[in-house]
Amino acid sequence: MSLLQIDNMTHYFGGLRAVHNYDLAIKPGQIRGLIGPNGAGKTTIFNLITGLYRPTEGKIYLEDNELNGRSPHEIASLGIGRTFQNMLLWRHMTVLEHVKMARYSRLTYGLVGAFFGTPRRQREEAESEEKAYQLLKMMRVDQFADLIVLNLPYGAQRRVEMARALAMEPKVLFLDEPTAGMNPEELVQMMEIIRNVHNDFGLAIFIIEHRMKVVMELCEQIQTLVFGEVIAEGTPKEIQNNPKVIDAYLGKEVVE
Amino acid sequence: MEATSEKLSNIASLSIISIRAFVSQVPLLGWLLGAFIAVMLEMIIGTPLARGMGLPKIPVLFGILIMLKKPLLIPSAVFYGILIYVLPIGCIARLSAKSINRLVGKLLDYPMILSVLIHLGLLYAIFHLWSGMSDYRLLVLKLTLIAIMITLSLNIINGYMGEFSCSHPGFLALGAYAASVFTLVLFVDDRIFGAAWLPKAIGPFFFPIALIIGGLVAAIGALAVAIPSFRTRGDYLAIISLAFMFIVKSLIENLEVVGGPRGLGNQPDWANLPVVFGSTVLCVWIINNFVRSTLGKALNAVRDNEMAANAMTVNTRRTKITAFLFAAFWAGVAGGLFAHVLRYVNPSTFGITKLAEVLAMVYFGGLNSVYGAIVGACGISLMGEALRPLELYKWIIIPLLLILVMIFRPTGLIAFREFDVKKLIQPKKGHLNA
Repeated sequence: MSLLQIDNMTHYFGGLRAVHNYDLAIKPGQIRGLIGPNGAGKTTIFNLITGLYRPTEGKIYLEDNELNGRSPHEIASLGIGRTFQNMLLWRHMTVLEHVKMARYSRLTYGLVGAFFGTPRRQREEAESEEKAYQLLKMMRVDQFADLIVLNLPYGAQRRVEMARALAMEPKVLFLDEPTAGMNPEELVQMMEIIRNVHNDFGLAIFIIEHRMKVVMELCEQIQTLVFGEVIAEGTPKEIQNNPKVIDAYLGKEVVE
Repeated sequence: MEATSEKLSNIASLSIISIRAFVSQVPLLGWLLGAFIAVMLEMIIGTPLARGMGLPKIPVLFGILIMLKKPLLIPSAVFYGILIYVLPIGCIARLSAKSINRLVGKLLDYPMILSVLIHLGLLYAIFHLWSGMSDYRLLVLKLTLIAIMITLSLNIINGYMGEFSCSHPGFLALGAYAASVFTLVLFVDDRIFGAAWLPKAIGPFFFPIALIIGGLVAAIGALAVAIPSFRTRGDYLAIISLAFMFIVKSLIENLEVVGGPRGLGNQPDWANLPVVFGSTVLCVWIINNFVRSTLGKALNAVRDNEMAANAMTVNTRRTKITAFLFAAFWAGVAGGLFAHVLRYVNPSTFGITKLAEVLAMVYFGGLNSVYGAIVGACGISLMGEALRPLELYKWIIIPLLLILVMIFRPTGLIAFREFDVKKLIQPKKGHLNA
């Protein structure tokens, strides 16, 4: 059985059909890629699944839970973690606070704990701090823990965002162009991190990416999206050799 | 010329450095002890000293009032201030720094609550003695403490949550009237509400309940603002909350049951200094606890990027509404205290002037910071009192100051600083202490 299942999802922005009859099935522990030219609707698909938009048609299931009509924070607590294309970080918060915040839905101390600083709150906050430090160490940004996040170098900010998404302990991790704007060195680091995350947590990962190198090396299955429709689906090899994909997206240089 | 000016600036910077070094070694308890002794000194020799220097009586607000009223008395007022406050506080703080540092260090071996209680106890003693010397001081002190509660609660909305709310005078009014009606009906023979239901002697025990009722009524009022305006972000809250403030004001003006525009008086005298001080401390403690927890930090996440907060499992809608009601609750409690300190309220108190005042306190002191709220509330209310002799010019000087603060520190004097009690009370290690 697949972990995340989408059947026939269609979405309109007014009269514009942004996504058409989109199907997806992610198995546990699978890395999947979604590629396509600018404006093809990749991020729209992420936003539809994570509840920021509501699909006009179609059903989305995470395990046995139907996600349609749920609010974004509910969907997130059910187990979909994500990063954003343009890194939505909180500008006045420290790195550690970022990662702790993602454990919001796991805190049970409630308002009484928040107001009076009960022992239960101290315990839970300490626990989540420990978890946060583990993740920061894994992303090699623990030395920045008490800094305001905007003062970090770009690559480190990306890794903080990744740590934040992982702190939710998601079942599926959505990465929206995780290597956008990175230099080759940072790119290699990021790919290694994604691989480590996949191996250590056995996570299913769903990646939107522009750089062929990343998708081709990481993903088991790739979909190619053009104007909201999937025109090809398969292993990296198959996608690379698919004439439709080459026409629409890859261009001549890759064929050589 | 140049050489002398350089020398002067050298001396100035040296003195600043040495003042810094001096200040950085003294723990909080040292300052409190100095202040305590200064106040004792004033109690014992204040009146004869003031008379001897030609002052009519003890300068009530550190001599500022006298200086502005009678410029000729400036030298003696300054001299009095130095002799009674600056010298004793400075000397005692400096001389006792080493031993008090050791004492504070030892105290931290016990549970922190012990040190905190000692600090608070000393602070209360200072307030008690200082305000015991004149009724005017007592009133200013109580109103300043209440202003701290109001500013802090508004800071939750305008600072931590980053929305712009104008409804605080409305919440104050709701709290003030609800608490007043409760105490007047139950414990006072009043011309509007008739004979008291319960004996007045047990009243003080019910006063906290009156305050809580005031807070709850304000929170219910807040719900009326929160539900329509938190569906979206932006200016809606500002507009709706402003409307709410006016609605509350005209509602009370037209309710003859609570006195209409004439107001409501004769509240029992239960808001004495211990009660006001205790409520303020409780308010600071609870709000500080809240904003430092992950649940409170969620407010910052919502402010900085709501979409990201939502995607990280934060229930943003509930977070915003809870914080808004929480802030309104404390505003209501402060309103209840306010009514019982003045023992008279009328609806025109809670208008646009009050709004300007509380907003000035929040933005002057600093957004997103408990220190900032305290500094802003004390600064603006003490300045408002001290500049009273200038009459109309007061309303030129204070706004001018606000403009300067906005230019040089757009988020306020002490913004985005965490209020860490442990850091505040621990022993200080100055750089010259070797």
